[in-house]
Amino acid sequence: MNARILPYVLILPVTLFLCLFFIYPFVLVSQQAFQAADGGWSMENFQEVVEYWKFPISMKNTLLLAAIVVPVQLALALLMATMVSKMKKGRDMVLYIWTIPLGISDLAAGIIWLAIFEQSGFLNSMLHGIGVVDKPVNFLTYQNPWIVFLAIALAEIWRATAIMLVILVAGIGLIPKEYYEAADVFGASKWKQFTRITFPLLRPSLQTALVLRVILAFEIFAVVAALGGTLFPVLMGQTYSYQFDLLNSGAAAAMALIILGISIGFTLIILRILRVPKGASI
Amino acid sequence: MAEIQIKNIAKSFGAFQALNDINLTIADQEFMVLLGASGCGKSTLLRIIAGLEVASSGEVWIGGKRIDHLSPKDRGIAMVFQNYAVFPHLTVFENIGFGLRMKKLPNDEVTRRVERVAGLMHIEMLLKRYSGELSGGQRQRVAVARALAMEPDVILMDEPLSNLDALLRMEMRAELKGVLAESKTTAIYVTHDQVEAMSMADRISVMHQGDIVQAASPIEVYRDPAAKFVASFIGNPPMNFLPAKPAGPSKWQVAGQTFDGPNTDKAVLQFAIRPEDMQPAEQGLVATAKIVEPLGAHLLVTCQIGDALFRVILDSDAVVKPGQSLTLAPQPDRVRWFDPDTTLAVA
Amino acid sequence: MTDAAVNDVSVDTRKSGRFLYGASVVFLCAWVIVPIYFLLINTLSSPETVNSFPKPFIPEFDFGSLQFFAGFSGMLTALKNSVIVALLTMIMSIIIGAPAGYALSRFDFPGKGLFRMLILLTRAFPLPLLALPLAVMFIQTGLDDTAFGLALVHTTLAIPFAVLITFSLFSGIPIELEEAAWTLGCTRLTAFTKVVLPLILPGITASAIFAFVISWNEVFAAAVLTIENRTLTAFLLQNLDTSPLHLKFAGGFILVVPALIFIFAVRKYLFAMWGIANR
Repeated sequence: MNARILPYVLILPVTLFLCLFFIYPFVLVSQQAFQAADGGWSMENFQEVVEYWKFPISMKNTLLLAAIVVPVQLALALLMATMVSKMKKGRDMVLYIWTIPLGISDLAAGIIWLAIFEQSGFLNSMLHGIGVVDKPVNFLTYQNPWIVFLAIALAEIWRATAIMLVILVAGIGLIPKEYYEAADVFGASKWKQFTRITFPLLRPSLQTALVLRVILAFEIFAVVAALGGTLFPVLMGQTYSYQFDLLNSGAAAAMALIILGISIGFTLIILRILRVPKGASI
Repeated sequence: MAEIQIKNIAKSFGAFQALNDINLTIADQEFMVLLGASGCGKSTLLRIIAGLEVASSGEVWIGGKRIDHLSPKDRGIAMVFQNYAVFPHLTVFENIGFGLRMKKLPNDEVTRRVERVAGLMHIEMLLKRYSGELSGGQRQRVAVARALAMEPDVILMDEPLSNLDALLRMEMRAELKGVLAESKTTAIYVTHDQVEAMSMADRISVMHQGDIVQAASPIEVYRDPAAKFVASFIGNPPMNFLPAKPAGPSKWQVAGQTFDGPNTDKAVLQFAIRPEDMQPAEQGLVATAKIVEPLGAHLLVTCQIGDALFRVILDSDAVVKPGQSLTLAPQPDRVRWFDPDTTLAVA
Repeated sequence: MTDAAVNDVSVDTRKSGRFLYGASVVFLCAWVIVPIYFLLINTLSSPETVNSFPKPFIPEFDFGSLQFFAGFSGMLTALKNSVIVALLTMIMSIIIGAPAGYALSRFDFPGKGLFRMLILLTRAFPLPLLALPLAVMFIQTGLDDTAFGLALVHTTLAIPFAVLITFSLFSGIPIELEEAAWTLGCTRLTAFTKVVLPLILPGITASAIFAFVISWNEVFAAAVLTIENRTLTAFLLQNLDTSPLHLKFAGGFILVVPALIFIFAVRKYLFAMWGIANR
């Protein structure tokens, strides 16, 4: 076949598929969000969801979780990635263990941490074992909002650090060893090497890792459902309950667009902060 | 019969003109080397002949048949690649037999041909191995054997030896020349290595910025470069150049000396001579030695004549010290002249 | 201070540094494994033990919870649905995604940048949200509440990964191997099947498994798009409030098992995939 047409034939299936199941539904959801009950254009749906009493709290919860979880994950992933890059023996084994959570769903992660935090769970059993408590404490109730928050944050950190780790390890692998040898020759300390070589050269990977993680952080849903239930409303949970419990798909669409808007906004901010000067990549 | 004719081939990549109107005829069983620096268009021309690249315009004929619209498999060619391109998932035997299997030849015929070319390339003992277990030189042999097994009309080679180390390259060079001469195929060989070109070619096409500057036998390209580019590209060190002013009919003055030269009305020419074609003498060009490099077989002296640097190759017994003055006599029949405006040779 | 003293100090700090390093590695490994181990204890304990206090720290290898899970009405069907949807996603995302990955790695064509943008955009997008409008569209086309319908949405999730991973796989195969095959009598298609395909098959398998796990783990779209034919994640989510603890834990464990196998199976490719995919 003609080499000029062939590439287009090859990308046609993906393009069609994405048009049908990505761009078209995106247009639909936007339409639905801006549609009033009488069919005209309006902000009614947005007004409704924003004015609902749970909206500010779910917005606050979602942003707060992202603000706590993502930086911790970034720090942890960077630490793990540098540790692994120095490792000689057992590197494969350690990497395998550290990346296991990559394949675990948010729902399963929520259930795993439920096993620790529930009333008859392992945390209580441990506290009981060392004599801190006599009776099991019910941590996950509305009286302990900070423990609920902590449990959700820990589950998220536990589950989703792996994706950043993988991206960063791959990124570090692309940095030529000679740069570090040169830095050694010029007498740069390990810390200086990290801040002056690893960090700047890792910027493209950091970009990818952060964008991906931040977007997923705004989509947080099942972990919260498993651990907090309705105690800890988040944006995605609200969207779900508009669709199913309240059967108000217009409002659900408006929520979806709000989440989208926040995700895109943060993506742009991250890309801007971590932009790589042209020609300065490896 | 596999004469190759390249007619008005041009190729551009976007705004970049890689080849301008190339015309070349390669005789049946001829060993043609395309020689040039990287980016001169030599590989592009080879890939157009192979059908891996489509020319912007022009025609390619092999054995009297126009083939530029055919896909590579239908052109009666075989190709050897710079990085060998030995299939890693197949044994050496299956690599060499790959093309024969594609032609659906019977099993015993495949075995017969594979064993014959493997013997020719001295790799009979490697037939069961995979490419990962071979050295660079062995992979190169497999790649050549695979091309030969096709018994093609034309064999195309794209820098096949450039990934080998110097010693192996010299060994393979001689071997390849012998094998190809025996196989009686027409060969086009792309290289940037002038020694390889000189030692293997029946004819060399020197390419520069998308043009063939000269297509001639190795000795002619060396002795009678058609253009200043060829003179300064071929030979290590290359030819020396000095400005020449007219000093009467067919007489030219170079650095204070008068030489017989071409009879033209040009106001200025360039006098050119190869470093080894000069001898110390009583009379000649007066030069000051700057750098003296004893190279074993001979002595390379870089010296200065006027503003120009000038290299001479002297006998290794010669005693020359930096700063010393030398009087050098050019061998008269080896002097060449170039027109600085057109850069072409002037007879 | 003498040289010897300086050396002693640096040896000491180096020793304690190495200890700290080793301890951190062990701690971080425990941080990942211990929670999974707790889930394993719960799964391999009888329902009574799961609901009792305090918990044992070693499993009693009682299959009561798992039996309860298997016997729970609708659970096995949900498990079956999950597998079917994940298999469909796996097949569709590779068949649709791999050609595009090949095109990206082998051709320069006008619009390539735009196409790459589209793919990257898809990855940086909260896609499960799009299940909401699709729910309506699926009702109109009769795809609602079917494994195929959900697999279509999951394929949208998996496609950017399939394209980028296959792109990096194809880029790892030198084009000369294909060109050599063409000069040896292959067409584009036979060169692909005889040379490229055998070489990237392990990588394709890895990315197929990746697609499987993406689908297997997805909760939101599954919950939105299935009613009767729930997948395992959707089923567990729906019954979170009402189901007993031992059911949740057994279900959670079944969800985790493929992840363990998956990461082990693709560990060789994990980094190569991401190394190039984030360009």
